Amino acid sequence: MRLITHNMLQCHVKGCNANNFPLELQEVVLEQEEAEMNEDFLRNMLTKIEYDALVATCLKLDINDLPATIPADAAYNDEFLQILHRVILETHIKSGKMVCPNCQHNYIIRDGIPNMLLAEHEV
Amino acid sequence: MKLKELEGYLQDVAVFTDPKIKLEQYPTTPHLAARMLYTAHTTYDDIENKAVGDMGCGCGILSIAAAMLGSSYNVGFDIDPDAIAIAQENCEEFEIEMDFILTDLSAAPAPAIMANGEENARGPYEMMKGKLDTILMNPPFGTKLKGIDMVFLKKGIDLANHAVYSLHKTSTRDHILKKAKEWGVECEVVAELRYNLDKSYKFHKKQSMDIAVDFLRFEKKPRPEKRD
Ligand SMILES: C[S@@+](CC[C@H](N)C(=O)[O-])C[C@H]1O[C@@H](n2cnc3c(N)ncnc32)[C@H](O)[C@@H]1O
Ligand SMILES: [Zn+2]
Repeated sequence: MRLITHNMLQCHVKGCNANNFPLELQEVVLEQEEAEMNEDFLRNMLTKIEYDALVATCLKLDINDLPATIPADAAYNDEFLQILHRVILETHIKSGKMVCPNCQHNYIIRDGIPNMLLAEHEV
Repeated sequence: MKLKELEGYLQDVAVFTDPKIKLEQYPTTPHLAARMLYTAHTTYDDIENKAVGDMGCGCGILSIAAAMLGSSYNVGFDIDPDAIAIAQENCEEFEIEMDFILTDLSAAPAPAIMANGEENARGPYEMMKGKLDTILMNPPFGTKLKGIDMVFLKKGIDLANHAVYSLHKTSTRDHILKKAKEWGVECEVVAELRYNLDKSYKFHKKQSMDIAVDFLRFEKKPRPEKRD
């Protein structure tokens, strides 16, 4: 799973409706894999990314290249788009877990796949 | 890429080794998958440079077809880790980047708004709403779990930013058209197809089990601009 996908996942345990995003990554194994960059797509994603959550997540992973706020000229800021590309589309979470900041539920990531299934009583 | 060429490539997508009947695991044939995605791409421009979600992705053929036509981001949802494992291998084989989420899409969609006025967060993909441009699916038809086809469809429409492509039994067409109206989305019957299930389900006694299937496209109307 790439960080772009992590940026769209939240806790869905029954009753856990507030402060359930972003899920905190713990004990993760990361891998960088090069991917072709597509500026049009990145521009399309600019308004869709939860940027603050992305920055917070990255800082915890010691990825410090993203500016604290989206540059005003983001859509045409090549340097920024390149960093964004590397962070959200080239950074893969191979294993680890995601912990809900609210209810502490652990979602396990194995073989790159987050397990979002819940037990009967949690749904 | 030409349609025939795409179909040719899709012949190499591995299918379920041990299909789980309970989950209605019959793969979309390369013939159908190629036509679905080719149409989505050439007629509606819903694939190239788009973020694409695949609900009940199985072995991933719909997403692989999308990626070959230029989608920029692919994510698949399925309840079966065995199916996802096959899809992952397929993606490796095709050198396609795709993320997967192990999840159960069968839970009925919660009412959008709870009593206290807050939006209810049901499903881990609530955050994804509006972020995936195009949703693809060949959902379970509901022969094992009644109504699951409509649950998949509703979730797809909730998630999609723009368009949803889906396959449904033609016998459910009137019902779906009515629902689409209720949900405020346009629904177009793009094609009527014959879908042969017995290639995947060897136990069928009859020689052939062609069923009539609609290839449907749903389009969300652009949300009215919020006025301050
Ligand atoms: C008809 S198959 C289609 C597979 C693949 N998309 C294709 O076109 O070849 C339906 C898929 O939905 C998945 N599925 C069934 N029930 C599900 C559920 N409750 N939640 C998520 N996926 C489910 C099955 O595992 C299967 O992969
Ligand atoms: Zn939680």
